[in-house]
Amino acid sequence: MVIKRKVAVVGAGMTLFRRRMLETGKELCFEAASMALESAGISMRDVDAVVLGSAPDAFDGVHMKGEYLLDGAGGVGKPYTRVFVGGGTGVFAPIAGWWHVASGLFDTCLVVCEEKMSSLHPHPQYAFWGIFDHTLERPLGVNLLWIFALEMRRYMHVYGISEEEIAHVAVKNKRNALDHPCAQLAAKITVEDVMRSEPIVWPIKRLDSSPPSDGAAAVVLASEDTARRICKEPVWIDGVGWSIDSAYWTDRELAYPAYLAEAARMAYRMAGIEEPRREIDVAEVYDPFSYKELHHLEGLGLADKGKAAEMTVAGVTARDGDMPVNPSGGLLGVGNPIAAAGMMKVCEVFWQLSGNAGKRQVKKDVRTGLAQAWGDLMQFSSVIIMRS
Amino acid sequence: MKEGVVKKGQDIGVGRGIEPNPVGSKYAGIEVKESDLRDGRYMSIRYSAMFRYRWDTGIAVGRFLEGLRDGRIVGSRCNVCKRILVPPRVFCELDFAQIDDWVYVYDTGRVNTYSISYIDKQARRMSSPVIVAVVELDGASQGMGIMHLLGEVRPEDVYVGMRVKAVWRSREERKGAITDIVYFKPL
Ligand SMILES: [Zn+2]
Repeated sequence: MVIKRKVAVVGAGMTLFRRRMLETGKELCFEAASMALESAGISMRDVDAVVLGSAPDAFDGVHMKGEYLLDGAGGVGKPYTRVFVGGGTGVFAPIAGWWHVASGLFDTCLVVCEEKMSSLHPHPQYAFWGIFDHTLERPLGVNLLWIFALEMRRYMHVYGISEEEIAHVAVKNKRNALDHPCAQLAAKITVEDVMRSEPIVWPIKRLDSSPPSDGAAAVVLASEDTARRICKEPVWIDGVGWSIDSAYWTDRELAYPAYLAEAARMAYRMAGIEEPRREIDVAEVYDPFSYKELHHLEGLGLADKGKAAEMTVAGVTARDGDMPVNPSGGLLGVGNPIAAAGMMKVCEVFWQLSGNAGKRQVKKDVRTGLAQAWGDLMQFSSVIIMRS
Repeated sequence: MKEGVVKKGQDIGVGRGIEPNPVGSKYAGIEVKESDLRDGRYMSIRYSAMFRYRWDTGIAVGRFLEGLRDGRIVGSRCNVCKRILVPPRVFCELDFAQIDDWVYVYDTGRVNTYSISYIDKQARRMSSPVIVAVVELDGASQGMGIMHLLGEVRPEDVYVGMRVKAVWRSREERKGAITDIVYFKPL
């Protein structure tokens, strides 16, 4: 493998995340992109290429969302493309941006991720119906949470983990989000609150799940030469990885995300990371449901199989712990505008590694961070390793 | 427009013992509440779409559906990895080999995992919950299953590893659909 150039994140921006926002998708894109450009200290004229990430078209009732969002995302007159891998999009779009620059094709690339889930009325859940097999699954009345609840129950069964242990993730992340100015569901709650919140699809309860949201987030990527010229504190993308498992999800072992382990191996190898637990200082892992943070920590090799819950209960993953996980507040606390939520994690790692995370800045000295997202039919993961 | 200024962080309550979000930020975005739409504070446009489809069932799933109509569950066998696959396919996704070897598997099996759904596909609360499961079918390779519903059992009595059997619609009612099996019940 030959990577022609090092690539850095030189700016980041995001909008508020809310259940419903007045702005259209284009406007949200414009706001997040403008903030990212401003923080990079460059203008749209300096951007060589644009990558757009957005999840299912059905939320908006607009086909070809890449084209729909183009003008707000700054793609006019430039090499522009939309990438889409379901929930994994928010970390995959910056990976696509990375190869635009790493390949030597472009010096700068703006990556914008947007989601406006509120348009589908009364609830965006219905859009997910369309991701299931039309012949074998939809006639059963399936909804998206069924499969996550099935995965959570399997995970609990295989490793003997309790709902209470898993609830600690929601408590931690919603509390971390109190320090995030964009957060939609920041709260000080207890494990008991989670346990007493109504089951939606058991074992998933209301406080175990992230909300549907509107929002956008963006980063500016630059080649090494450009980054050193324009940025005091570039944060390097040193490893990227992605992998997908079979769509025959009822034929897979759901307790362990093997596809994520594969994606992580690819990213670690590229970044020269041999002992992820010792070398990763801070991690933003995908947490649309509380059990997913644990599942993902194990897939990433940041916890032993079945041991991430124990680690969480012991406070290891707290913002001031040995391995801070989701200091942003995650999807559970900040919100889950799908593609924008994954990008929010990349923004957070950038802010953490450049020492600009404000009240969210983790206690320990951080040099190496990881962002991860998960998507399609519980089968895809994208991983980025960043270093200051 | 007055509303055009950045609105401050919102206090969205969750459960008990809630503290408001910290306020004040440079981040853009104007929150719209349900009441804002009801009151007409902001405009919105309504639209309903109606698409009609007629999906081909294909070769493998077509055979699977024919099997269901006859009250049997069809799988296919890969001659490279020897796995017996359910739902059946005409290719093995692991070996990327063609498959033309059809087998019946049993309509009994074991619960691999299950969940209890209190909401319907539009996220509306249902009057009575449904139990959903992945059932590993006897005769298929280890770990091969299908998603279906469980019936004739209380949610609290279901467990991973529970033996179950398909409950079929009557011969006259079956039409070659996954719903030809009404649900799986404890064996
Ligand atoms: Zn095979």
